[in-house]
Amino acid sequence: MRNGLPADEVRGQLLAFVTSLVDAEPGPDEDYFELGLVNSLAALELVTFVEHRFGITVRVEDLDLDNFRTVNRLTGFVLGKTAG
Amino acid sequence: MRPDEFDASGWDERGVLPLEMREAAARAGWFGVDLPAEHGGKGGTQAELGELCAEIGAVCGSVRALITVQGMVSAAITRWGTAEQRSTWLPALAAGEHLAGFAATESGAGTELSAVDTRFEVTGGAITVTGEKRWVTFGQQATAFLVLGKLDGRLATVLVEAGPGVSTVPVRGQLGLRAAMIAHVRFDGVRVPMGNLVASPGFGLSHVAATALDHGRFTVAWGCAGMAAACVADAAEHTVRRRQAAVPLAAHQVVRSTLARMAVDATAARGLCVAAARARDAGELDAVAGTVMAKYAAARAAASASQDAVQLLGSAGCASDSRVGRFFRDAKVMQIIEGSDQVSELHIADHLLRKYRVGGMT
Repeated sequence: MRNGLPADEVRGQLLAFVTSLVDAEPGPDEDYFELGLVNSLAALELVTFVEHRFGITVRVEDLDLDNFRTVNRLTGFVLGKTAG
Repeated sequence: MRPDEFDASGWDERGVLPLEMREAAARAGWFGVDLPAEHGGKGGTQAELGELCAEIGAVCGSVRALITVQGMVSAAITRWGTAEQRSTWLPALAAGEHLAGFAATESGAGTELSAVDTRFEVTGGAITVTGEKRWVTFGQQATAFLVLGKLDGRLATVLVEAGPGVSTVPVRGQLGLRAAMIAHVRFDGVRVPMGNLVASPGFGLSHVAATALDHGRFTVAWGCAGMAAACVADAAEHTVRRRQAAVPLAAHQVVRSTLARMAVDATAARGLCVAAARARDAGELDAVAGTVMAKYAAARAAASASQDAVQLLGSAGCASDSRVGRFFRDAKVMQIIEGSDQVSELHIADHLLRKYRVGGMT
């Protein structure tokens, strides 16, 4: 996958997907897990989306709620994975 | 032991799947079809796994359930286990040295698994597991349970081996899958190493159990597709041979109409299973939703086809050794496990509507 993805592009794609996934418009720093917007199927689909769209693999060591709970944190996670 | 050698009716009647059947399944490699070769599996595709489940599902739902539960736990460990957990547990599961149990459901937590009361407590460098699980497929025989519970209020999954502190109460005479050796399982302060925790607390349901259930849904879907196809075959064979006043049943338009509907439903269900397998093998975005759709369609097709088949076979369909009669009971269970029809409908509709929402994308 490409290195050095623009942060705004990643954030925009994630925000659009999460918005359609949870049928709500969480802000980039709102915790959609805490808000109860993500059921288990949606959580799996979020992982699949991130892997599929950005060409990365989410591993067990990546499973830290801090990586997934908000769009901005997820953006940082994706940028970190694609930067290497 | 090949599927045509199964004593499915006898196992169903006795409520037992014999040890030699489980050993034969392990020898045949049925527990490791899609597991990586490095962990004792065959490294096969989802399509290959699906075809196996269809072939077995056409003969015995309980044997298919054995493959399903073994695959569910294996899939969760493959996806979210550490390297050490994968190398420890997967070869034993693939070889059938461990028989898996997926221990999630409780009396107060079925569809809403986040309501589980099972507690994990970290004490003295180990995890103590306390709780009561219900409807654990092959719980009577399982030697390794993937248990869903809460650790410090967060949903987590822990692997627990059968032994002191683990007790089972067999479930007998349930509607279907009578040879699946279902049990209610109690964990009474069982201590396991910290290394048995699968993924971080907080991801037990959303990722670990969800991965297991996704895999289970896939194999159930294919098993149902096989079941539906078998009902079509049994109904067609019977209505061609069976005569009333020298006229074959199949000569009647109402019978042919029923057969046509059965065949279309069974074929359509299989088509969705094939599509789900393709999406999973390709790692496509729609793989999870496609699997839900395939399971929903196939379970409904199996239920509908088995009901019609019993009707067409008449008294023969009601006999104790009737395959379609057994499938009639099993198929109803398929509409409940791994996501009921109603829950599946919600998810399918949600997935459909997603692309029509503002800013929506597929």
